[in-house]
Amino acid sequence: MIGVSVIALTIALALTLLRALMGPTLYDQVLAVNSFGTKTVLLLGMLGFFMGRPDFLDLAILYALINFVATIAVLKFVRYRSFQVTLVRKDRKKGEG
Amino acid sequence: MEIWQDFVQGFEVLRPWFGGALCPLGATLAVIGSIGSLRFPDFYTRLHAASVTDTGAVTVMLVGMAFLSPHWLVFSKLIVIWVFLFLTGPTASHAIANAAHTAGLQPLIGAEATAEKIEVD
Amino acid sequence: MGYVISLILALIGFWLGLSGHYTPLLLSLGGVSILLAVILSARLDILDREGAPYFAAFGIALYLPWLLREIFRANVEVIRACLRADLDINPALVKVKTKSDSDLAKTLFANSITLTPGTVTIEVEPNRLLVHALYEDAAGPMAFAEMDERSCRAIDGHRAKPKGPQS
Repeated sequence: MIGVSVIALTIALALTLLRALMGPTLYDQVLAVNSFGTKTVLLLGMLGFFMGRPDFLDLAILYALINFVATIAVLKFVRYRSFQVTLVRKDRKKGEG
Repeated sequence: MEIWQDFVQGFEVLRPWFGGALCPLGATLAVIGSIGSLRFPDFYTRLHAASVTDTGAVTVMLVGMAFLSPHWLVFSKLIVIWVFLFLTGPTASHAIANAAHTAGLQPLIGAEATAEKIEVD
Repeated sequence: MGYVISLILALIGFWLGLSGHYTPLLLSLGGVSILLAVILSARLDILDREGAPYFAAFGIALYLPWLLREIFRANVEVIRACLRADLDINPALVKVKTKSDSDLAKTLFANSITLTPGTVTIEVEPNRLLVHALYEDAAGPMAFAEMDERSCRAIDGHRAKPKGPQS
């Protein structure tokens, strides 16, 4: 049964990749990449159970972290065209932040 | 006390079955989310289809893996992944939606959404 | 002080749950890394009401089962919309008023809206949110009132209702 879910997740990944490739706007592509990352986290966990090595979950945690940071970084770069802008709360801008 | 023992043993027998049922169910939810994100007409509606994957599929699959987990360390790692995905998932969705809205992408409202779909066909 | 202690306790639980090796050497290395994390977050000035909301742990623990039930219901709706042969969605943009004053309660409310499939928070304004919904009739004026009430109670529950904007 675990093999079945690995295959189904691979199909879901292929469909998401299709949306990422043909998304009409940039935001569709970012959304598809983000959801691709979430599914990759699930696939890593499933593969760990499939091969009898649940240590793969450490990689899944790491991938979840990288996925979130990558999404925010891409959106920030698209919006400001730079990584140098600091994102701070409005009421803290005047302090040392 | 004996009832408790029986309960624990029965749980140990049923555990692989629960896990084996919930994992494919969650994977099916992920496929449904992908199909939805391919079918829906504009960006904002695709966001809803993607959030099925972010919440439903993640929860069901992680619960299924928790039933299969051989050791409590695996269980705690699954909890960490679940909490992390539930904190970052809506934040990332909101960031993408807010960026699209700030950039001036207008959503299709009401009957427009389905009308355009027919036109495309 | 409560913020520091709650952060240390959370980090100890996190480290013990991930490590799995409990020899004295690795335990001491874990202690050092926890201390380093606390010092760094104190330097970053994020050890405040929003960085370590330990006071809301009980309220959120009560709020979570209700939220999971809502998420389950909304999931069923959206899955049905994904799989129907004819696309009968009726998307709408609605403005949702919120009663919560503190930023933390507003964040929890907005995140709960985004978590439930079928509704996404697009913009956050001082006392209302711009929400995109998949079905217009599921996002009426009163649709989010209970969620607002419950998320506000989860964060600000044990204290008196604050007057005026704070934090």
